[in-house]
Amino acid sequence: MSATTALTGRPVAAYDEDVVRLFVIATMFWGIIAFTAGVYIAFQLAFPALNLGLEYTTFGRLRPLHTSAAIFAFGGNALLGTSFYVVQRTCRAPLFGGWALSRFVFWGYQFFIVMAALGYVLGVSQGREYAEPEWYVDLWLTLVWVAYLVVFLGTVLKRREPHIYVANWFYLAFIITIAVLHIVNNLAMPVSLVGTKSYSAASGVQDALLQWWYGHNAVGFFLTAGFLGMMYYFVPKRAERPVYSYRLSIIHFWALIFLYIWAGPHHLHYTALPDWAQTLGMTFSIMLWVPSWGGMVNGIMTLSGAWDKLRTDPVMRFLVTSVAFYGMSTFEGPVMSIKAVNALSHYTDWTIGHVHSGALGWVAFISFGAVYDLVPKLWHRKELYSMRLVGWHFWISTLGIVLYITSMWVSGIMQGLMWRAYDHLGFLQYSFVETVAAMHPFYVIRGLGGVLFLLGALIMVYNLVRTIRGDVRAEAPMTPANRATAPIPAE
Amino acid sequence: MSTHIEKDPHTGVETTGHEWDGIRELDNPAPKWLMYLFYATIVWAIGYWVLYPAWPNLFGGGYTKGILGYSQREVIAEQMTLHLEDQAGVRAVIAAATPEDIRANPDLLAFALAGGRVAFGDNCAGCHGSGGAGNTGFPALVDDDWVWGGNLAEIQHTIQYGIRNPHPEARYSEMPKFGLDGILTRTQIADTAEYVLSLSDRATDPAAVLRGQPVFEEQCVACHGSAGEGLRELGAPRLSDAIWIYGGSKEKIVESITNSRFGVMPAWTGRLDESTIKQLTVYVHALGGGE
Repeated sequence: MSATTALTGRPVAAYDEDVVRLFVIATMFWGIIAFTAGVYIAFQLAFPALNLGLEYTTFGRLRPLHTSAAIFAFGGNALLGTSFYVVQRTCRAPLFGGWALSRFVFWGYQFFIVMAALGYVLGVSQGREYAEPEWYVDLWLTLVWVAYLVVFLGTVLKRREPHIYVANWFYLAFIITIAVLHIVNNLAMPVSLVGTKSYSAASGVQDALLQWWYGHNAVGFFLTAGFLGMMYYFVPKRAERPVYSYRLSIIHFWALIFLYIWAGPHHLHYTALPDWAQTLGMTFSIMLWVPSWGGMVNGIMTLSGAWDKLRTDPVMRFLVTSVAFYGMSTFEGPVMSIKAVNALSHYTDWTIGHVHSGALGWVAFISFGAVYDLVPKLWHRKELYSMRLVGWHFWISTLGIVLYITSMWVSGIMQGLMWRAYDHLGFLQYSFVETVAAMHPFYVIRGLGGVLFLLGALIMVYNLVRTIRGDVRAEAPMTPANRATAPIPAE
Repeated sequence: MSTHIEKDPHTGVETTGHEWDGIRELDNPAPKWLMYLFYATIVWAIGYWVLYPAWPNLFGGGYTKGILGYSQREVIAEQMTLHLEDQAGVRAVIAAATPEDIRANPDLLAFALAGGRVAFGDNCAGCHGSGGAGNTGFPALVDDDWVWGGNLAEIQHTIQYGIRNPHPEARYSEMPKFGLDGILTRTQIADTAEYVLSLSDRATDPAAVLRGQPVFEEQCVACHGSAGEGLRELGAPRLSDAIWIYGGSKEKIVESITNSRFGVMPAWTGRLDESTIKQLTVYVHALGGGE
């Protein structure tokens, strides 16, 4: 499908699908690394001997390796790849800048990932969460990101459609805002041009606020806006239904990007951050609830008229479940931003559970759905190797997520309650190490959840490899033979 | 593509007339319940801004204080004051009492044990292990093998002034670096270590024990005693039991004789108040081996 005549019959220059294929392979490659690293550090917390007594394999160095691999390597490649696929098709224009620029974005981005990962393992870090890479990696990423913006925006500007599709609004908001966040948060002075160390331009609480303005919007624009772009293409496409409400998409898009940018201070409740800044962070987080849910409502309601696909198409199941997890974690987030709740939840495993209901349930599931949808199209195969295996992947991963988030809820709330427990004489009831000991069983359960999630992803890789090889598994179809092909009424 | 509005056959709702790669959009309004929820959160936020500190004044400095007059710093200061006031009475009594008095009074004892446990977890467990189980280089406090003495007054002194630190009242002693300073040869040290092992019936080389004995008697007995029973006044540990601060293997003993050891504990007076030091004294004393 290198050229299309679409519905109008006008020919279009060839879409660049090669680069999308590269991104899809990178997505799965880094995904497996991210999940493996996550499982390993989860068990390090339960069994500290797994630190191996080597500086390179301590939790402190592998943890950013895991988070960056999950967010930037797995999530980032999924976003870049799908955005290049979606923008070409919804603009009916080939990628702007041609072969060289899109390949520079791909290989430049992989180089950024490798440089960042090497730094973590060798102990080179800015100590800023989700922005750990030092100045030289930051500069390189800036260059790559500007090239990415040029390719994407250029394609939008050269579009052969009168309007810009909503998925592209979200992708563009993601690209532009991440550029701004990345540059401002990483303003730093290198100690020397041949050394890795740098010092942040800001200091004290201003520096902390800057970091969490970045950190929260990395969630808001990387892990939310970008993936909403993905959702807005793949959900209606796979459901073969129109998007539920154009008006809702306008309202929740603008509300989301206006409100998200304020929410960062809720990461600094009860710190040196002034009261007024904490108030703004909290109230804007509460107002963010509905704009976030707008995406969930629009995604799920798009299924009306195609609900039967949940039974017959496990890929659709991934997509819809991801939107449900998105709704759940964007409700949990505002709740946790309320100061009284945050006083209990902050610094506990509850936060980790919350992040993973978003990262595993939303980000990874929507990416899995998109990749399952893309691979047969990109490699010109009629169908996936096995729909049954997609079904297995779905249930194994879902069980993994459930184990993960429930164990972290219990562990986190217990931890928070133990920290604040006083005895009748007014002394703290528990020492810190007693809370750590109490969390051990939940750390083990969390690790097992991670193993299931990794197992599911390995099944996916197998399924995709067989699909690309052109194999089709002989299996009973998911669709009952006598099912009506027309949409059935909404329930 | 030109705008082409049509009716969705399934819902009867019109599309917006746009189409991208086969994707169309319905012209549904945003759901009412969702919009009302949105308005409710906005109203709530505005209400919160009226009540609490919220908006900075970018030009004149300062910020809107809110009609409740809330200040996080004042609230925490107030809570801390209240908390300290609650305990102030008992803490003052403990600060003025001797550790013996505290042990004799069940109420004071209960308070001291509870407070001592928390203070121990925050300040002592890092070296001495949680519950006082000890770590290599840091003696266990749960047994009755005391390096500097295990009655209440001795424990209190150790906590108050520490060991081998710059405080003038600190407990102090120094074992010679027999190997580093060339006082003994490697062979002599190995033989002495074998002799030390024999004090706890663990020697395996009787000839070395015989060679080591005169060296031990010449160099070590002054502090560690003729049978290796130790001397608390000088903080010289007993060598005839199974309890070792730095490890009791021959290799570790050779290391101790060669390089000496110089374990340091900070003085806690000035860092912890009088009452807390006494609570810790009573707590450590009660861990298992108090005399």
